[in-house]
Amino acid sequence: MNKNVNIKSLIIDKPLKLDCGQTINNFPLAYETYGALNKNKDNAILIFHALTGDQFVSGINPITKKDGWWSYAVGSGKAIDTNKYFVLCANVIGGCMGSFGPSNINSETNKVYGTNFPVITINDIVNAQYNLLDFFKIDKLFAVMGGSMGGMQVLQFVSNFPNKVKVAIPIACTSSHSAQNIAFNELGRQSIMADANWTGGDYSNQNKNPDKGLSVARMAAHITYLSKIGLQEKFGRKLQERDDLKFSFDADFQIESYLRHQGSVFVDRFDANSYLYITRAMDYFDLIKEYGGNLSKAFAKTKTKFLIISFTSDWLYPTSENKEIVIALNAIGADVGFVEIESDKGHDSFLLNIPDFLDTLKDYINTSYLKN
Amino acid sequence: MKQEFQIIANLIEKNTKILDVGCGDGTLMEFLKNNKKTNIRGIELSKNKVQKCIGKGLTVIEGDAEKDLGQFPDESFDFVILSQTLQAFLNPEKVISELLRVGKKAIVTIPNFGYWKVRLHLLTKGTMPITRTLPDEWYNTPNLHMCTIKDFFNFCKDRKINLYKSIALQNLRSSKITNTNIELKNLTAVLGIFLLEK
Repeated sequence: MNKNVNIKSLIIDKPLKLDCGQTINNFPLAYETYGALNKNKDNAILIFHALTGDQFVSGINPITKKDGWWSYAVGSGKAIDTNKYFVLCANVIGGCMGSFGPSNINSETNKVYGTNFPVITINDIVNAQYNLLDFFKIDKLFAVMGGSMGGMQVLQFVSNFPNKVKVAIPIACTSSHSAQNIAFNELGRQSIMADANWTGGDYSNQNKNPDKGLSVARMAAHITYLSKIGLQEKFGRKLQERDDLKFSFDADFQIESYLRHQGSVFVDRFDANSYLYITRAMDYFDLIKEYGGNLSKAFAKTKTKFLIISFTSDWLYPTSENKEIVIALNAIGADVGFVEIESDKGHDSFLLNIPDFLDTLKDYINTSYLKN
Repeated sequence: MKQEFQIIANLIEKNTKILDVGCGDGTLMEFLKNNKKTNIRGIELSKNKVQKCIGKGLTVIEGDAEKDLGQFPDESFDFVILSQTLQAFLNPEKVISELLRVGKKAIVTIPNFGYWKVRLHLLTKGTMPITRTLPDEWYNTPNLHMCTIKDFFNFCKDRKINLYKSIALQNLRSSKITNTNIELKNLTAVLGIFLLEK
């Protein structure tokens, strides 16, 4: 999967006890940085990526040769200005872009881990990334931010390390993964596992790859990232390079062709087992339960300033779920701002060029930094 | 800076915790933050205005005061401010009781429907009054529950809400409203500013 070119990586020698009970050590954590850490070390921003993201936030991703997943937001002169801030992002453990994951070789068996990899959680993921602060000798991050699963990591990180963050920006996320979201993730996992080439997760050792299953998982998930109106406006019932219906199961419609394309390019860059593990981590995420049914308690010890952002057409992580976080923070008098951005682009809005969103983010980050 | 905001600022003590309900683009919030060193939060319905506030580094949440004040614990603020929006709520009575639950004190300002120009407009023209503080037509006004200074005065009296200070604002002149001059102030004031407590 990953060719290990141009990937920076730390070997974490501090043992990490996972929620499942296993302890891992001497494991790799792949990361990327943008901009420079200043002398006071007060300009560091840790960005968390979403389910299928990676550490290559901005610029050209050296593996896929495409733009980084948050290129609209991060870069020189952008909302998160790399001339001003030191941006850090790590590949999540369980992932497939250089961090410890199911596609790694198990040194005890000399075989790829596959499903022998331990089940990990969002808590494990952020605990692993905390090592970046030690490595760069950063006492306190100026900001942590991320959308979707990245937003969940923001919430978990602040609750685990209440004194380590000045500003937290969880975007289009939730504090507790909903039944609907678990259902969509399960659909994706079952699609992978139904592919004969998945072979119980052992495919890499057998030189196989469950491309079809992973591709269908991606197609299904991709629909959930868009909105009905967005799809209708972009595709409607437009036909794909033909004048009329072909009375077959070819991709007659543009939307079919688009989804097939999304599925096929995804399998080139993503590991099927990683998809299983990371979606599982999302499903297990329930910060409300972790704090005995009271989300406010997750943030009781922190002075971190929050900005919560949601999008009008996001039905996967809807405004109502984002607002629950706002309510929990207001209940304890925390410093929390909240805005719902108007967009018809669905959950994917946080990745796109939406001026209201990017301008608000930019101004908020810059004014918050001035008040350091 | 609006005269109204200046008067509100004078009513507020330094180093207090404040909620500005319907904070608009954050003008009053910024003024209070800089001049009174207050810890100030805002709630605003308009997305555009919320984005402006957040861009200025103000702590503002997008929300509807009628629904979203419930998330704040009892007496979590020293002052809650409601500037010229009481008349726009579906249920102003409930909003006032929420303001007084969330805040130890509340500052409420209302455009005075008893102002002589408003009365004269209705009397002579026979159409719904349009003035500087009430610029909308009857069919597109957000104001559902217009009231006069006297109405609000009586409203508080009936509910045993303490009016600590009642101020009448007429252009740039402000003056105290008392039991004895209420009839006159109700005729001459454009705006009423009230400091109240349960």
